[in-house]
Amino acid sequence: MNKKQKRMLVRILVSGALMIVLSLLPVAGILRFVLFLIPYLIVGYDILRKAWKGILNRQVFDENFLMAVATVGAMALGEYTEGVAVMLFYQIGELFQSYAVGRSRRNISQLMDIRPDYANIQGEDGLEQVDPDEVEPGTVIVVLTGEKIPIDGVVVEGQASLNTSALTGESLPREVSAGDEVISGCINMTGVLKIRTTRAFGESTVSKILELVENSSSRKSRSEQFISRFAHYYTPIVCYSALALAILPPLALLLLGQGPDWGTWVYRALTFLVISCPCALVISIPLSFFAGIGGASRAGVLVKGSNYLEAMSQVRYIVFDKTGTLTKGVFQVVGVHHSQMEEQLLLEYAALAESFSSHPISRSLKEACKTPLDASRVSQVEEIGGHGVTALVDGHTVAVGNARLMERLGIQPVDCHSVGTVVHVAVDGVYQGHILISDVPKPTSAQAIRELKRSGVRKTVMLTGDAAPVANQVARELGVDEVYSQLLPANKVEQVERLLTQKDGREKLAFVGDGINDAPVLARADVGVAMGALGSDAAIEAADIVLMDDDPMKLVTAIRISRKCMGIVTGNIVFALAVKLVCLLLGAIGVANMWVAIFADVGVMVLAVLNAIRALRVPTK
Amino acid sequence: MKKTYKIDVDCANCANKMEEAANRTPGVAKAVVNFMTLKMVVEFEEGQNPKAVMAQVLKNCKKVEDDCEIFL
Repeated sequence: MNKKQKRMLVRILVSGALMIVLSLLPVAGILRFVLFLIPYLIVGYDILRKAWKGILNRQVFDENFLMAVATVGAMALGEYTEGVAVMLFYQIGELFQSYAVGRSRRNISQLMDIRPDYANIQGEDGLEQVDPDEVEPGTVIVVLTGEKIPIDGVVVEGQASLNTSALTGESLPREVSAGDEVISGCINMTGVLKIRTTRAFGESTVSKILELVENSSSRKSRSEQFISRFAHYYTPIVCYSALALAILPPLALLLLGQGPDWGTWVYRALTFLVISCPCALVISIPLSFFAGIGGASRAGVLVKGSNYLEAMSQVRYIVFDKTGTLTKGVFQVVGVHHSQMEEQLLLEYAALAESFSSHPISRSLKEACKTPLDASRVSQVEEIGGHGVTALVDGHTVAVGNARLMERLGIQPVDCHSVGTVVHVAVDGVYQGHILISDVPKPTSAQAIRELKRSGVRKTVMLTGDAAPVANQVARELGVDEVYSQLLPANKVEQVERLLTQKDGREKLAFVGDGINDAPVLARADVGVAMGALGSDAAIEAADIVLMDDDPMKLVTAIRISRKCMGIVTGNIVFALAVKLVCLLLGAIGVANMWVAIFADVGVMVLAVLNAIRALRVPTK
Repeated sequence: MKKTYKIDVDCANCANKMEEAANRTPGVAKAVVNFMTLKMVVEFEEGQNPKAVMAQVLKNCKKVEDDCEIFL
C-alpha cells in the first residue's frame, strides 16, 4: 500500500470505530447529530470537497456527487448511522479498487520484466556496466551467465544456451555460438557471450516489445467505448430518476388527498443514488483487458490493443499463408529433372541468379550447391514479383522461376509430376530443366487446425503462391477446408477481400502469415496475425497480434485467451448491470434499504475487480 | 507529433473524464488516456507547441477531476 492508501485506511478505521461507539451511546437530538458528524467528516471530507468542486466546475454528475447527496440526505433525515456507513463503505470500496489495480499493475509489469538494466562493456580494467541506451550499434558487449542480453546483435565469441521463455513462453533453451544472431530479452543460462550489437537499444526487440505492450490498451475495444458512453448518459439519468422518485410519488399522494410521506420517498431516492454508482463497470472492463493482454504477453502472444483481443474472440474464418506459417519454410532441393546440361552447373546457375534474393527458395538453392558462390559472376539481376528472377551469369542470360515466368519469356516449360515447388531454369532463352524443391509442414500444424475447428472456427483457408499440387497435398495433410494456389501477393488480398464479403457482420476473419511480403494482407484482414516474429520488425509493425515463435498452436492459445477475457468482460457487464437493475427496482419500491444499496455498489465492484484479475491466467484447455 | 505523459489519477471513470477534457483542448488532435498504465498519449495538431498545449490540457483536466496530475 502506498502512503495515500495507508492514510485512507486509518481514516476508515477511526471513523468506523467511532461510528460503532456512537451508535451504542444513548444520546439523542442535536447532540447525536453533531457527534455523528465527526466520523462522517473524517471519512468523507474529501468526497464532499470533490462534489462541491465538481458543482463549481459544472461537472455535476459524478460518483462524488452521488455519494455526497445520498449521505447528506441520510443525515438530514436523521439516519445518522446509515449516512456514515454509506460513506465508509464507499471509501472502503475505493480503497480496495485502488489497491487491486495497483497490485495487478505491478503483477503485469513483473510478468513483463524483460527490460535489461545495464550492458557490460570490456573496459581497460575489467568489465564496465553502462546504460544500454548509450551503447552504439557495432559495440562488443559481454553477457555473463544469468544475465539478460540487453541489445540485439551477433555472437562473436562464446557458446551458451539461451532461455527465451520471457519472450516466447517457450521453455526449451536455444543453443547459440559464434556467428548466430541473438535477440535482446533472452537470458544467458550457461557460458559467457561476446556480442557485437547490430542495433541501438531503442530499436532492439526488447524495447519494441515493451513499447507495444505498454501502448496496447490505448487502442480501446468496443466494450470499453460502450462503457465510457454508457457512464456518460447513465449518471445524469439516474440522478434525474432519483429526483423524480423523491418528488413525484409524494405529490401524487398529496393530490389523492393522503399524507405525502416525504421522508420515505426521499430515503428511497437516496438509496437509489447509492446503488447507481457505475464504478464496478468503469473499472472492471479496462482491468480485464489489461490483465488479458498481460497474460497473453507472458504466453508469447503480443496483442496490440484491446480491440484486437475482442476481434480475436469473434474469429470464425482463419486464412493462413502456407510457407513459413503452416509449413517450416525450409526448402530442400529434392531433385533436378529433365536437365539438358550438367545438373551441378544448372543448380549453380540457378543459385547464382537467385543469390541476391532472401526468398527461402534461393536459400535452399544455395545450400544444394555446396560450393561457395562468387557473387561477382552475376549482374543485371531483375526480380519479377510472383514470377522469378532473370540475371546475367557468366555472360549467359539465366531465367529462374515458375511456369509463368517461362510463358512470359516465350519458353515452353516441362511439367513436373512430383509434388513440390518447381523451379524452371532457362539459359539464353533455351529451357534447361527444372529443380524440384519441397517444404514440409510443421509438426503441430495439423493439430492446430483441428483444435481451431473444435474451438468454433468455421472455415480455415490456405493461400499460397505455390503450384496447385503442392498446395493441395499440404492442405489435405493438414485438414484445411479451402486452398487457393498460384497467387501473387495482390491475389492474396483479393481472396481475403472476397472472404470478408462472404461472412456475417459479427464474425471476424484473421489472416496468419510470417510477416514477410504479406503486410497488405495483414492490414486488410480484421485481425492480422504475424508468426515467428522474433527479430522481424516488419511483422511486428504490420500485425495486430504477434506470435513470438512460429508454433501454430500459439494461435489456439491466442484464441483461448481472447475468449476467456471476453467472457470475463461480458460476465462483468451483465452481472453488474443485472444486480444494479434489480436493486434499483427494489430500492424504488422500498424493499431494498441503504445496506442493500451499499452491497450493490461496493460489493459488486469488489467482485467485478476480482473477476477481472482472473484474465491474467492463461487458459490451457 | 505524438508525446506520452505520465499521469496520476485514482479512478477509471476519472481517467475517462481526463481523456474527454484533453480531447476538447484546442491544439490536441487526439488524446488517449490509459488508466491501467497511467499514461496519456497526446497527438498534437500541426505547428502547435506541446508545452503550451499541455499546460492548457492540465488546466482542463483539473477542472473535471480535481485529483489528477499530469507529469509534464
